[in-house]
Amino acid sequence: MIRTLQDHGIHRGIDVHMECTVLKLLTDDGRVVGAFGYDRERGRFRLFRARAVVLATGGIGRAYKITSNSWEYTGDGQALAYDAGADLIDMEFVQFHPTGMVWPPSVRGILVTEGVRGEGGVLRNKDGRRFMFDDIPDLYKNQTADNEEEGWRYTQGDRNARRPPELLTRDHVARCIVREVREGRGSPHGGVYLDISWIKARLPNGEEHIKKKLPSMYHQFKELAGIDITREAMEIGPTTHYIMGGIRVDGDSQMSTLPGLFAAGECAAGLHGANRLGGNSLSDLLVFGKRAGEHAAQFAKRQAPGKIDEAVLEATVRAALAPFERGAGGEGPYKVQHDLQDMMQELVGIVRNDAEMKRALEGLAALRRRTAQAGVAGNREYNPGWHTAMDLNNLLTCSEAVTRSALERKESRGGHFREDYPSKDPASGGLNIACRKGPDGEMQIRREPIPEMRAELKGIIEENG
Amino acid sequence: MPKATFRIWRGDASGGKLHDYVTEVSEGMVVLDAVHQIQAEQANDLAVRWNCKAGKCGSCSAEINGMPRLMCMTRLSDLPLEEPVTIEPMRSFPSLRDLVTDVSWNFGVKKTIRPFGPRPADAPDGTWRIAEGDVDRVQEFRKCIECFLCQDVCHVLREHHLHEEFAGPRFFVYTAALEMHPLDTENRLGDLRGPQGIGYCNITKCCTKVCPESITITDNAIIPLKERVVDEFYDPIRRLLRGLRSG
Repeated sequence: MIRTLQDHGIHRGIDVHMECTVLKLLTDDGRVVGAFGYDRERGRFRLFRARAVVLATGGIGRAYKITSNSWEYTGDGQALAYDAGADLIDMEFVQFHPTGMVWPPSVRGILVTEGVRGEGGVLRNKDGRRFMFDDIPDLYKNQTADNEEEGWRYTQGDRNARRPPELLTRDHVARCIVREVREGRGSPHGGVYLDISWIKARLPNGEEHIKKKLPSMYHQFKELAGIDITREAMEIGPTTHYIMGGIRVDGDSQMSTLPGLFAAGECAAGLHGANRLGGNSLSDLLVFGKRAGEHAAQFAKRQAPGKIDEAVLEATVRAALAPFERGAGGEGPYKVQHDLQDMMQELVGIVRNDAEMKRALEGLAALRRRTAQAGVAGNREYNPGWHTAMDLNNLLTCSEAVTRSALERKESRGGHFREDYPSKDPASGGLNIACRKGPDGEMQIRREPIPEMRAELKGIIEENG
Repeated sequence: MPKATFRIWRGDASGGKLHDYVTEVSEGMVVLDAVHQIQAEQANDLAVRWNCKAGKCGSCSAEINGMPRLMCMTRLSDLPLEEPVTIEPMRSFPSLRDLVTDVSWNFGVKKTIRPFGPRPADAPDGTWRIAEGDVDRVQEFRKCIECFLCQDVCHVLREHHLHEEFAGPRFFVYTAALEMHPLDTENRLGDLRGPQGIGYCNITKCCTKVCPESITITDNAIIPLKERVVDEFYDPIRRLLRGLRSG
């Protein structure tokens, strides 16, 4: 899909500025009028004048130690929007995907697709028990198979069968895996087993079937872990995968609370509520990416070009170059990033509580002080140390938003689980937690009622039962 | 923990040299892990392009002990660690810095290839009907992750620097995917014979050998395209017919 889109774009004459990072969104009279950043290749600063900007920067996975996300997922879009004055909402809702690779250490976190379970893959602990049958939430009892036979029939397309418990929501499966590991029933490298090879007992050409249905998983385990998934079980464990929260946008136009700034895909919030279901991210970005583009174009046509504030550009350049002045004697950016990842993983991860998250806030303040002292050696040309130093500010803003929002939501819902408030609170169900940059530069947290759904949308939902 | 030496090329367009870095190695590590470890602990400004770390994005191409490979898919356990592991940037493209090269030439070539030109829709709703078997043939070509290792190893580009006259294996695969698509009506054979210089390829199969997606580049893409070019332009009977028609 990416390649097809790229091929199409090439012949439409679209300019692509590859490896270009935005440092600041520029505003004039309460609307966005451009973006300012640098190219990685040469480290040259670049000014883009624009009457509308669409953010499509993805998530924040790099705030955590174990993640399926690449290095780019440093929350740039969320932090840029927040710094420019837009609202973030639902930042407490981070999705931990239940199945990431756990061994060898260098591939820890790489995603193992839900498709493995969809094709009949089962989760077992070290005793060989399918532990997911032991904990099916009441809410899903009616839709979930209570025996292995029915679960198998579901994966083979039987519409009368109920789904196996392995396909319960990602947050629940992730927590069940954490429980198995904590209680000593995990696999040797701190995960559990995901087994697809067993389907050979059910299907005559099972081995070929697995290779045909899951070619990239077969390849991934073969090449990276030396495991043949048609013969052996995989070792898997939860990995930070997606953030449901992000930039608050209008559901129709995808415009943020800051005029001229649009957002689509993972960096935008709202569509997936507290928990995203498998496959919905792709449909989200296809549908709402198109809408964001169309509405941004319409908006841009109605605007006159804005004024660029030179003083803002100068201040951004000064801040960006500061790590070079401190040089190699400054705080190491990679070290700060690793410490942040360790802390978020431990204190604001899958299972949260008040005391740990308060400690995380103190930790974030300390990391911010260290970031202000970050120094790098070398020059501006393709210097990853420098890039990491600048990305840290975005990671810290997003981590703070996640932590403060998670502290504020005193209940468990979707991807957000608190052991000190393990149940859903109906009153909180009607609220979004919103973050905005206050006049003093501090993060303000507000509880806001979820806007009421329009009558025609309610009608559609009722029609579909 | 055991240690190993990594001999990494550092420099830019004006030149550079190999530097030795000693770092700890552990079970399951790939070359990219070692580079990251060196970057985090010893050389913060060591430039390396990477993204998915799972062999799917095609960013971390390099030459490891002289072989074009993806750093993320090259396991240390498959290399002789008693000797230094040499890591150099792809040599067929201009150096930007350290292990990062300027591969923008490839994007320029892609622009010159005629886009997909499907026949009119088969059904009133704007959709088509194709047999699965007919489209199976191009699926292999669509596995390409654009790592450009095939371009790097190809002697037409690497030794003879014919970048202006030769599109390279990646773009023959790309063209094959379009030419062999059951819906496509465009004709790219003149371009292949002319500006894309498919005749320069003398089927040494080096591209096939280095492809991390195991695409059978030479046998399944380049040779069939060469055959089509020959049929179109060099078939004696067709030539005769062409001559008669134009006469």
